[in-house]
Amino acid sequence: MTLRDLLQRDRDRRTALVTGQVTPEAGRCVQCGICTYYCPINIDVRRHAWLGQPVQESHCLTCGECIARCPRGVLRFERIELFVP
Amino acid sequence: MPTRYCIVGQGVAGIAAAQAIRAADAAGPITLISDDPHGYYSRPGLAYYLTGEIQRGHLFPWREQEFQQLGLHRVLGRAISLNPAEHRLWLANNVPLVYDRLLLATGASAVRPTLPGSDLPQVIKLDNLADADQMLALARRAQSAVVVGGGITALEIVEGLRQHCRRVHYLLRGQRYWSNVLDEAEARLVMQRLAAEGVRIHTHSELAAIEAKRGRVAAVLTTAGQRIACDLVAIAIGVAPRAELAQAAGLAVARGILVDETLRTSDPDIFAAGDVAQVFDPRAGKALLDTLWNSARSHGHTAGQNMAGGALRYVKPMPLNVTRLAGITTTIIGAVGAGRDADLIGIARGDSELWRELGQALVAEEEHEVNRLRLLVGLTTLVGAVLMGDQRLSRPLQRLIGEQIDITPIRSQLLTPDAPLASLLTRFAEGVR
Repeated sequence: MTLRDLLQRDRDRRTALVTGQVTPEAGRCVQCGICTYYCPINIDVRRHAWLGQPVQESHCLTCGECIARCPRGVLRFERIELFVP
Repeated sequence: MPTRYCIVGQGVAGIAAAQAIRAADAAGPITLISDDPHGYYSRPGLAYYLTGEIQRGHLFPWREQEFQQLGLHRVLGRAISLNPAEHRLWLANNVPLVYDRLLLATGASAVRPTLPGSDLPQVIKLDNLADADQMLALARRAQSAVVVGGGITALEIVEGLRQHCRRVHYLLRGQRYWSNVLDEAEARLVMQRLAAEGVRIHTHSELAAIEAKRGRVAAVLTTAGQRIACDLVAIAIGVAPRAELAQAAGLAVARGILVDETLRTSDPDIFAAGDVAQVFDPRAGKALLDTLWNSARSHGHTAGQNMAGGALRYVKPMPLNVTRLAGITTTIIGAVGAGRDADLIGIARGDSELWRELGQALVAEEEHEVNRLRLLVGLTTLVGAVLMGDQRLSRPLQRLIGEQIDITPIRSQLLTPDAPLASLLTRFAEGVR
């Protein structure tokens, strides 16, 4: 991977950070807790899934670990428009 | 005087009901009775606890504070008797509880075989956390394990034991796994994956007896005369709704407790929800059982609202489960099969009787190395689907089948041999947003 690729990846990640959020579909969740277990900064993602609420926590890294680990496809990354009134 | 609520069962149906009651009635006392000393935890999560993907403590979604916020009075005990006329419920300690509205969310329990040796302590099931703890404790000391049964639970056990035991044998009565939900190709994918992981699958093998040595499991004997040495035997031949309390009290019970669309039983002050409730399904035209987590949650929510004076009607969604079968993520939705599976008595966990209510439908399939899609195509709608592997189509399928969207514009294309089903469906689903 070239330096240019690395910088691009970092740019993409930062773009995702400011324009996206992890969004659950409560109807698929069985509260197994894998998402919370694997969150690197201990956000209780499972709680959000129970409530059907997006992970709107300023600490969320949007690293996608919870999305990748969920065995039931409960979570997805959804683009949000932060500055749209 | 505030309404006194009583909920028997602390699974997701009971918890959802308690939340719905409290949202509608801030004052009425709610008593939550459970005979499971571990309280509320994720029953489906036990599969990941067995494989070591999560630790035990992570199975518990709620902290003590959340129970307190709902003002729940939790009682550990077994409800043994119910008198609907007197509105009284007795626990094993003979203390009567008086209720105004009662919810029976007692769940289902594993069917136990009646074979010689089946009462040995190393013959285990997977109903609850205590069973999972026992299974792990035994598996860590075991060299060889035998699993008998079908459905999702049998595979959860196989995969869990595979992490701990050197040899895992899986006995199937017929030629293939879960024959009334999966088709031959799907079952073959699962069985090939299990075999690749080192699981020894014995088809056409029926358990005849469990042999003991010095009071411990030593081997199983099959009806074909085969003897398989083992240290533990796990049984997953289905579950039965725990409807005894309701039946003894004179409530209407068939396979489960019969309820109407408000989740009311034959007694207007008693409701039932979750695995124990047998709910009318408008698609099948009869009352069916579901043992799905989300059905239980929805039942509980509806029952709770109605216990607190609401008039909510339960609209049964198209039954959906997204699960792992031998490591292959699989979505099962709608009617996909029919008939009986010789490995199961009745229903398994994570199952829906509607899945086996397949009537007239044509089959369209697309298969790649590890991904597979089977569509059951009705006259104007999709009636069901099984999606294995890549799950990008899972949500579009859930929408198309769940909302019974008219697929007439692409129906003939779907039924064309070798049609690119996944791309056809993806484009179509995007177009009907």
